[in-house]
Amino acid sequence: MSERAAAAATGVAAVAAQTLNKAFGGVQALRAASFAANAGEVHALVGENGAGKSTLIKILGGRFPPDSGTILLDGEPVRFSGPADATRRGIGTVFQELTLLPWLTVAENLLFGREPRTAAGLIRRASLPQDAEALLDDLGISHIDPRALAAEISLSERQIVEIARVITKKPRILLLDEPTSSLVEREVAWLFERIRELRALGTAIVFTSHRWNEITSIADRITIYRNGSEAGTFTEIEEGEAITLMTGRRVDALYPKLPPLLAGAKDMLALEGAALPGTAAANGQHAAELSFHLRAGEILGIGGLAGQGHRELFLGLFGAPPLARGKIAVGGKHLRIHRPSDAINAGLGIALVPEDRKTEGLLLPLSVRYNLTLPILRRISRAGVIRTPIEARMSRDIIAALGVRTPSAAQRVGALSGGNQQKVLVGRWLLAESRILLLYDVTRGVDVATRHEIYDLIMRLAGEGRAILFYSSDTEELAHLCHRVLVLRDGRVAAELVPPALTAEAVVSASMRQARAA
Amino acid sequence: MPRDSADEAAGRWRSPASHAFGQHIGLILALAILLLAIVIFSVMFTIQQQRLPGNFEVTSTVNNTMPLAIAAIGQTIVVLTRGIDLSVGGMVDLTNALAAILLRPNLGNQLAVSAIIIVVGAAGGLINGLLVGLGRLQPIVVTLATLSIYQGLAIRVLPQPGGAVPPGYTGFLVNPNAPTALVFLLIAIVLWLGLRRTRLGVDIFAIGADEQAAIALGVRAVRTKIIAYTLAGALYAVAGLFLAATATAGDATTGDSYTLTSIVAIVLGGVSFFGGRGSAIGAIAGAFIITMIVNILFFAKINPLYQAFYEGLFLVIAVVLGALIGRLVRARR
Repeated sequence: MSERAAAAATGVAAVAAQTLNKAFGGVQALRAASFAANAGEVHALVGENGAGKSTLIKILGGRFPPDSGTILLDGEPVRFSGPADATRRGIGTVFQELTLLPWLTVAENLLFGREPRTAAGLIRRASLPQDAEALLDDLGISHIDPRALAAEISLSERQIVEIARVITKKPRILLLDEPTSSLVEREVAWLFERIRELRALGTAIVFTSHRWNEITSIADRITIYRNGSEAGTFTEIEEGEAITLMTGRRVDALYPKLPPLLAGAKDMLALEGAALPGTAAANGQHAAELSFHLRAGEILGIGGLAGQGHRELFLGLFGAPPLARGKIAVGGKHLRIHRPSDAINAGLGIALVPEDRKTEGLLLPLSVRYNLTLPILRRISRAGVIRTPIEARMSRDIIAALGVRTPSAAQRVGALSGGNQQKVLVGRWLLAESRILLLYDVTRGVDVATRHEIYDLIMRLAGEGRAILFYSSDTEELAHLCHRVLVLRDGRVAAELVPPALTAEAVVSASMRQARAA
Repeated sequence: MPRDSADEAAGRWRSPASHAFGQHIGLILALAILLLAIVIFSVMFTIQQQRLPGNFEVTSTVNNTMPLAIAAIGQTIVVLTRGIDLSVGGMVDLTNALAAILLRPNLGNQLAVSAIIIVVGAAGGLINGLLVGLGRLQPIVVTLATLSIYQGLAIRVLPQPGGAVPPGYTGFLVNPNAPTALVFLLIAIVLWLGLRRTRLGVDIFAIGADEQAAIALGVRAVRTKIIAYTLAGALYAVAGLFLAATATAGDATTGDSYTLTSIVAIVLGGVSFFGGRGSAIGAIAGAFIITMIVNILFFAKINPLYQAFYEGLFLVIAVVLGALIGRLVRARR
């Protein structure tokens, strides 16, 4: 009996984590997290975005060390000095962010770190393509040209090369972080065939996925993560039960009352036939298209898992960069939005409050006033000179109206808290008289108290007849702050939810159901 | 997943030659521009001198280009890691000055002094590498600072132009009677092709292409950067030795121009400033293009006062043409 089989028989996990903690900046990604996977099993790791799955996989893959806690291999505590160390100890990791080097060929990438050598120890560059082709053939892949640059092949092909690189190293522990997110069905089937082969050979396989039917079709056990720690491990669990464990708490009273939606409110923003980049639809693999109407006073939520093109949708409506396909109508008038200035000046005015306010929204070293009045300088100038008294009055008014906590309008925006920075951004677009607001994950990284002020602000803006398109990585927010939620999957609307069917569980469940073949 | 007709139709599988052409387009363009410059020069020379350029012209061109060609290889290695090295000028100054005061007409001295000077260059590069790698500082700021420091040291070593390089040393490195220095370039190219086939070579390209991905693949990025800058420093020292041999005397400021010309040479040679793409062979070709432009201007009887203007003009034209053709080739694939 091999050592590994012996360990499995005695119930010692091939890989385990105990009380792992890891923080990034102020965010606690893992708190006392535990996990264990056995040799010869496929172990699914599930949870909402930000639950700590990727952090766990990166720590187990040696990408970075935990702040505290223990990693065990076959019951022995280990410390990885880096990814190469983890690889040496038999751990193969497919990270969520692909690690193919764009200007190397497929062959160079596939054989990176184990290139064939001459007697003198030099890499035999000439034989790399044949060696790579042989490796790919063994895995049943013959549609990828080993001489092509990684930058030249498609996203799903890159994902397959990445997977091939790791499994051809024959790891005894295989970690796959969302390996199927960019694969189409026949490619998923190919991957699962390989996973079953490896399981039969005694490999411990850990994988994350948001597609429930994939999880149930291949996983022997399922571990659920929530808020950075384990919420339970099961051999069998119903989808609904799993979703409740993933989303956790019920928080009804924490949200303000929605302003009533007026019957006959007019369309403010309409999108027809958009293809979101990065999704199967944009790759032409499905004919999926996205269309919706947003009315005055309405808060329309956009739900779905990460990587479904939300960000591209919000940025696209703002022209930064524009959507590849799709017609946009503002206030019933068709128009083209090529760049942000088109959006800001479009009929009713479209404004974007992005998630990454530090790099996309605000000029942190500059003052609150400067940030507030940037888009309207022309309006408050005469003969090209800014009329500073008007600028000062407008900034003061908006700071008071939104309750921005700042000592003065001259304060550096970078010195404000995240929530107050977010208010400055909203205030900017109120000054610009934008009637259509695109709010993209505006409460991310915002403390609880300020978060509620922002909720109230959103309600007030909608009550005044503005149209709001809303995305949040927090499904509870989607469920409670929106009149209506469209759940995106594979670049199309998978479900349209309105109260009373609009619950966090329903949003998650609609996000996870496997897309039907087109 | 077998190759199917859709893949064939999309032309995704192409011949090895087609791949090689697309992946080396920068180098191919550099060689084409060099060829064009040589043809233009030869035509002008033949018209004015009533004969083809001969041994003298080839030898002086090769010898004058040697310091820049070697310095450009060093710059290539640094830029491949997605860095930049502005300290080239100071390093060439310093090593050139050291060569002028230390070299004596006996072989033992010449071997020892050459070795010492290369170690000095490597040490200068190591300082850059430590600051960039361990210190995580911007390469442009670090090497701008060390440029001044190395320039200052050079002036300290050789306050006035002077010293003397033994004729035997000059004869060996840059033989004035025949283009034997091409042998050194051949050696450099062979060493470059060898470097491409070592772990270090692969890692240099890897961190330039995507540092985070390379780290995830187990590449030790900090160490690789330190080695790259050190290697580059050693090459600048070799450039300084060639410069001393060509000039047969030392001057602590003649090396200054190499900071900019080495960058121009690698741009002409098709090395990407975004890292991860390029070849030292292209950089050598770029260095020769610069020399040929100067030669052409001489035969075009351009007033030396305007030489910089025309040099700049030709460089802009060459770079714009190169970028346009490169984009066209990539777009057609």
